Amino acid sequence: MSQDDGATRMVSLPTGERVLPPVPGSGTGLLGQPAPPAEHPPVQGLAVVVGSRPVSAYTELTLEAPDIAEAARPGQFVAFAVGGPTSAMLLRRSIAIAGVGGGRFSVVVSAKAAGSTWLAGLRPGDEVDVVGPLGRPFPLPPPGTPALLVGGGYGAAALVGLGGLLRSRGHEVAAVVGAGDEDRLCSVEDLSAVAAPFVVTTDDGSAGRAGRVTGPVAELVSGAGVVYACGPMPMLAAVAQLATDRGVPSWVAVEESMACGVGVCMTCVLPVVGADGRSRFARSCTDGPVFAGDRVRFADVGTLPPDLLGADAMTLAHTPAGEGETP
Amino acid sequence: MTMLPEVELPSVDMQASLGGVPMVSPVLTASGCASFGRELDPFFDLTSIGAVVTKSVQLRPRSGRATPRMAETPSGMINSIGLQGPGIDGLLADELPWLAERGVRSLVSIAGARTEDFAELAERLRGAPGVLGIEVNISCPNVESRGEVFACNPDASAAVVAAVRAAADPAHPVYAKLTPDVTDIVSVARACADAGANGLSMINTLLGLVIDPDTMRPVLGGVTGGLSGPAIRPVALRCVWQVHAALPNVPILGMGGIRTGLDALQFILAGAGAVSVGTAVFNDPSAPARIHAELADALGERGFGRLADAVGYAHRAPDEGSPGRHR
Ligand SMILES: Cc1cc2nc3c(=O)[nH]c(=O)nc-3n(C[C@H](O)[C@H](O)[C@H](O)COP(=O)(O)OP(=O)(O)OC[C@H]3O[C@@H](n4cnc5c(N)ncnc54)[C@H](O)[C@@H]3O)c2cc1C
Ligand SMILES: Cc1cc2nc3c(=O)[nH]c(=O)nc-3n(C[C@H](O)[C@H](O)[C@H](O)COP(=O)(O)O)c2cc1C
Ligand code: FES
Repeated sequence: MSQDDGATRMVSLPTGERVLPPVPGSGTGLLGQPAPPAEHPPVQGLAVVVGSRPVSAYTELTLEAPDIAEAARPGQFVAFAVGGPTSAMLLRRSIAIAGVGGGRFSVVVSAKAAGSTWLAGLRPGDEVDVVGPLGRPFPLPPPGTPALLVGGGYGAAALVGLGGLLRSRGHEVAAVVGAGDEDRLCSVEDLSAVAAPFVVTTDDGSAGRAGRVTGPVAELVSGAGVVYACGPMPMLAAVAQLATDRGVPSWVAVEESMACGVGVCMTCVLPVVGADGRSRFARSCTDGPVFAGDRVRFADVGTLPPDLLGADAMTLAHTPAGEGETP
Repeated sequence: MTMLPEVELPSVDMQASLGGVPMVSPVLTASGCASFGRELDPFFDLTSIGAVVTKSVQLRPRSGRATPRMAETPSGMINSIGLQGPGIDGLLADELPWLAERGVRSLVSIAGARTEDFAELAERLRGAPGVLGIEVNISCPNVESRGEVFACNPDASAAVVAAVRAAADPAHPVYAKLTPDVTDIVSVARACADAGANGLSMINTLLGLVIDPDTMRPVLGGVTGGLSGPAIRPVALRCVWQVHAALPNVPILGMGGIRTGLDALQFILAGAGAVSVGTAVFNDPSAPARIHAELADALGERGFGRLADAVGYAHRAPDEGSPGRHR
């Protein structure tokens, strides 16, 4: 089911890291290649919480899990089992990796419903079952490419590792971080340390520039050779559009509802243009969460576009879904 | 890769059978909950379980339904994936060879909209490498009967089973997968057995619905969906019990909410010769191997030397022995 594997030509750097060559999407007229899979397979195990601190409206957890911390690359995520071994909440909660170091990784959790609230309530010393690192990391740009990072809400946390890595490789990094209000801004300090220019926006004007991230992004995108974005889907759609309109390739880390996080359930799909130019329902957990911004059909998310591979076989699609898994 | 020893307690013989074909373990994955096996490879040794039961495959590739495709429910979930998959060509070209090369056995689940579809799929699977048998997902709407689900009608179920049995490789046992959403599951089970089924898989999901209190509309794109997970375990167990009582010689692959070895033990005691682990894999991707080990321990602790001796043991007459008999 891996739709895009192997279709991407890679360049090996002396460091052993792999970057995408500066070739536009092969023959499809698209700017970005499908993101290549991660090098390291995920592992499952108990991680010990070693730190918990409130960061504005969120909770930052630090967990001891050397296997995951060493293998993780920016853009990847972990999936937590929530509520303990006898929990009635069976599905994993996917959370982006915000930072790694010294055998530990950190995440920024926004407490929403019961599962994420349980996670946010973990205390140092607690153990939690975690699977990771999951998903495809952000591909790195060719040397010298100036990068623009765009984070919305807690999505900014997923860009911190990337910002540091890009800077350490000599890239110019600019960043725009936005949220509804000051309390929901995230990773402002970490990103301001690696990015210049660095712009903060809030919808209500409680911090930084009033308005959405798209304002500053429109101003900064022409100076960028690549855009990286993580945040709510409407933001990703708008940022990808701005980049594509100016011929700048973009990488977006999407957030779709996930049941397993490891690629076996097919709940997390969205319509994506593959390497061959055909659109498919791609799994955001294993084919993503990082996709080339101009390959994601944002306007069609939540629908069944008739040109999707296999949509023609869904002839009974309007009968109610029946037993388990019926057409 | 986590390698669990095949047999935890050397004293318990865990050899199981699928319609007469021997398996090293009575624990299998469940269709639609393990994709085609690959994604679980990092978490446990796929050759240590009875078989990977593949996502139901149809003649043509299918996009599946629009999202949202799932909602978490108390101790379970409802899903409406719409049988997204590569079609039989993709299965034969990409998925089965991957499994066969690694010595992983597969039970291939097939689905169709008319009797002939099922027969053609069974025919295409003749001689396919590594295939242990065929599971017939008859919980599908029958286009020739105004979308009535095959498994809700004993005659339609029997017609599919007979056609598959006639077309399939004689070496492939044919298991019919039953829905619990019927008034009398025994009559459907009997019709399938009389039509030549070598075994019965039970149960598929129960039809369910979740409404979002904010939007005040059904959550799922497919409106209704299949309920699975520990929430349905007592229903599944009751179905296995009733069918084993009525048809003691028909092998049963039991499933529905199995999360631990003790859950699996209940299905074995009710009459299942083997079990599938579905939704629990989303919570714990190594669940099939863990459940094998826990089941072996549980049988050993209860004085059973062989798994086979425990099959249907809960049906014994009140005066006919006690657990202590085996010690
Ligand atoms: C790749 C990725 C990275 C993410 N990173 C972060 C992060 O850094 N910080 C953070 O706070 N949240 C993050 N999320 C969102 C987070 O997974 C959900 O907010 C969380 O699972 C909701 O759990 P709940 O118990 O509050 O909600 P419930 O609605 O009770 O969850 C029920 C089920 O739906 C799934 N679900 C519900 N909402 C979402 C959602 N928005 N995304 C994915 N699955 C969902 C849950 O995983 C669970 O399986 C990320 C999601 C993805 C896919
Ligand atoms: C996401 C999901 C997808 C499923 N897909 C299929 C399928 O393709 N074919 C099938 O016969 N059953 C399918 N099932 C049903 C399971 O195989 C199983 O019968 C059911 O979920 C009960 O077992 P469980 O509670 O262990 O999950 C699916 C279940 C889930 C949760
Ligand atoms: S979350 Fe299960 S396949 Fe992506």
